[in-house]
Amino acid sequence: MKSPVTFRLNGSETAVFVDPGANLLDVLRRGCGDLSPKYGCGQGGCGACTVLIDGEPHVSCLVLAETVAGRSVETTGGLSNGPDLHPLQRAFIEGFAAQCGYCTPGMLMAAKALLDRNPNPTRPEVEEAISGNLCRCTGYEPIVDAILEAAKQRGAA
Amino acid sequence: MHAEYRKDLFADERSDDFDVVGKPVIRQDILGHVTGRSKFYDDHAFDGLLHMRCVRSPHHRARIRSVDSSAAERQDGVVRVLGGRDVPVNTNTLLSLINFGRDDEPLLATGKVGYVGQPILAIVATSVRAAQEAVDAVKVDYEELPHVLDVEEALKPEAPIVNDEYPNNTFDYFDTYDHQKLRFGDVETAFSRADHVVEGEYQMSPIEQAPIETCGAIAAPETSDRITVHTSTQALFFSVGVTAKQLDISSARLHFIGGTVGGGFGGKVDSHHEPLAALACLATGKPVKYMWDRAEEMQVGGPRGGERWRIKDGVMRDGRIIARAFTGFFDAGAYTRLSSYAVQKSTGHLPGPYSIPNVASNVYCVFTNRTPSTAMRGFGITAVDFAIERHMDKVARVVGMDPIELRILNAYRDGDMKAHRREAKNCALIESCQAVAHKAGWRLSADAARASSKTGGGEGASGVIPETVTDDEGRIGERRRSGLAPEPFSGQGTRGLLPEGHSSNNSSAFGNAPQREDMEAEIERLGFKGGPGAPPTPRGPVDEAASGARPTVPGETSRPAGAGGGPTLPAAYAQRPAGTVDQSIAQPPAQEPAAAEVESDSATTHFQRGVRRPGVSRFISGSRRR
Repeated sequence: MKSPVTFRLNGSETAVFVDPGANLLDVLRRGCGDLSPKYGCGQGGCGACTVLIDGEPHVSCLVLAETVAGRSVETTGGLSNGPDLHPLQRAFIEGFAAQCGYCTPGMLMAAKALLDRNPNPTRPEVEEAISGNLCRCTGYEPIVDAILEAAKQRGAA
Repeated sequence: MHAEYRKDLFADERSDDFDVVGKPVIRQDILGHVTGRSKFYDDHAFDGLLHMRCVRSPHHRARIRSVDSSAAERQDGVVRVLGGRDVPVNTNTLLSLINFGRDDEPLLATGKVGYVGQPILAIVATSVRAAQEAVDAVKVDYEELPHVLDVEEALKPEAPIVNDEYPNNTFDYFDTYDHQKLRFGDVETAFSRADHVVEGEYQMSPIEQAPIETCGAIAAPETSDRITVHTSTQALFFSVGVTAKQLDISSARLHFIGGTVGGGFGGKVDSHHEPLAALACLATGKPVKYMWDRAEEMQVGGPRGGERWRIKDGVMRDGRIIARAFTGFFDAGAYTRLSSYAVQKSTGHLPGPYSIPNVASNVYCVFTNRTPSTAMRGFGITAVDFAIERHMDKVARVVGMDPIELRILNAYRDGDMKAHRREAKNCALIESCQAVAHKAGWRLSADAARASSKTGGGEGASGVIPETVTDDEGRIGERRRSGLAPEPFSGQGTRGLLPEGHSSNNSSAFGNAPQREDMEAEIERLGFKGGPGAPPTPRGPVDEAASGARPTVPGETSRPAGAGGGPTLPAAYAQRPAGTVDQSIAQPPAQEPAAAEVESDSATTHFQRGVRRPGVSRFISGSRRR
């Protein structure tokens, strides 16, 4: 028996019918058509499906879709403002902070949660913030650099 | 004239006004990555998408007595249950597309299974959950059979046959040779005049590539009677070719779309998802997704193959290495895939970047009941490089020499003749060593600091192919002419690798000339690895006539040493050392009690196993077949 769930997805009011027990990752990807969060493990271990719920990072594969009713969900799909990229996206591009790109949406969301909360993080704070996100192309250093650079750019802006 | 690195090779095509190196260039695909719009295979949506899950073997090796999927077929949401007989060409080997190796691996197992996780049935349903519940409802009756998980155990005569296409548990190169061989000069003579003989054993465990995106494919019908396949493959044309072959359809009906891969590292070349998804698409007329979950990726996905290497060096007091012999075992797992090629690659890499006038190697591609291994970043090279460089450090300790200077002394120089009969060109190991020493603040002697890859190469004997011993048939190798006494194995430089009472094996069940030590797999030298609990193996008299028939039910008459007490998965895996084991540092394993028994074994039944196919050369030299 499907039930309706309404929430804000990247600022827009969204309504979707979900199966009982459906996880948020599947509902975002298949129900809402937002393909930016990725499936990596389905066990909360890799962080590729990280989204923000009311500003806090969550692994969406472990979130019951019905629990986001009335809340705000942000994904990488909504990170840019039209053609204007978010400072994190620009820093990732310029700093070569992606290789295969599969972990990137989750990394960006974890980084955004950090910068929204702490605009001037230290390197250890950045490392802590993305410690739940695995990159198998071994690109952590440029990712950390890019997040620090984005913080710097945002501070300058 | 020495080559000027690579520039002269492309002198007509390239100019030297390079302006890219050292400067950042924006990747062309990165905008999609940072906006989440890059289309990985699972980012293609289809109405009415069906999902596939597989029934998998819980055993390392078993006969399938029966499969009952009737309850599964009645479950809600189940659309189709596919088995091996539904696959037009069920058996394949990846490199059959280039005529290398025999078809040995079923897409869906029938009759028997050879590794934990091997797929038996593929169930297509309207949701992943429905497919999984149907998988859980399938009843498979297995007769568990003895299995073997260690490369050297697998070479023993009593080992179960892992792969019926290769009953000696070794890949047969050109249907003739059970190993890859390299011979350059005469290592045995060189060992006898060396000041030191240094031996070591090194091992690298299997490694899962673990891409963040799991392997998978979506196959969807097109209106033009073609099938579109979105796939995570790293090897799109392998996948097209394999799918066309196994479905027995023209590749013109296959429209494959790949290229955006969420990490591969070698683990996405096996081409198993595309044929199954496309088969299900043909069978149902609907789009079908076959996607591994993380557990399948880790358990079923082909890892980097484990390797074990033994190296024996003859070294002079001044650090010059005058001989190097290798015995290598590459763990293919239950089926060939790319391991045959990995062994060729590793043989082509020996003896490392060093100018050594006498080189010999025997490298075996061995089947075990482990997950079939496949490509991963430099497979066939990485483990033997690890072994070689660990061994160089050991040699440096033995001769009391700085390890970097030892490498500089022995490094290839431009013009040296390599063991593969090719001239060394564009050498740079000496310069690399000097740069590393400089960066690390490591003091080198004046001679080592002055050395150059461009000088001293090819001088005297180092520039020519030495006289290399050939056998009676004129082939490279040292197959002993009859009447020569076998040379005793020198245990010098080893610590406990040689079992008590060892003597070389110089007999043959088939009467052809016995071979020298370095032609053999050396399995006797380490004794049984299965521990004190390894049961003595019952064995009967040699029956040459019987050995000509292909076994229909392989191997249930014997059990592997070490699998004695009713093998369970964790315990069986625990037998094998985890991680890399450097025997030169770690204490060698306690010598097992079976050493003496192995001796008698080699004299009596050592060679009775294996199928002698018509036309097979006597030259096959493995310990299981002569």
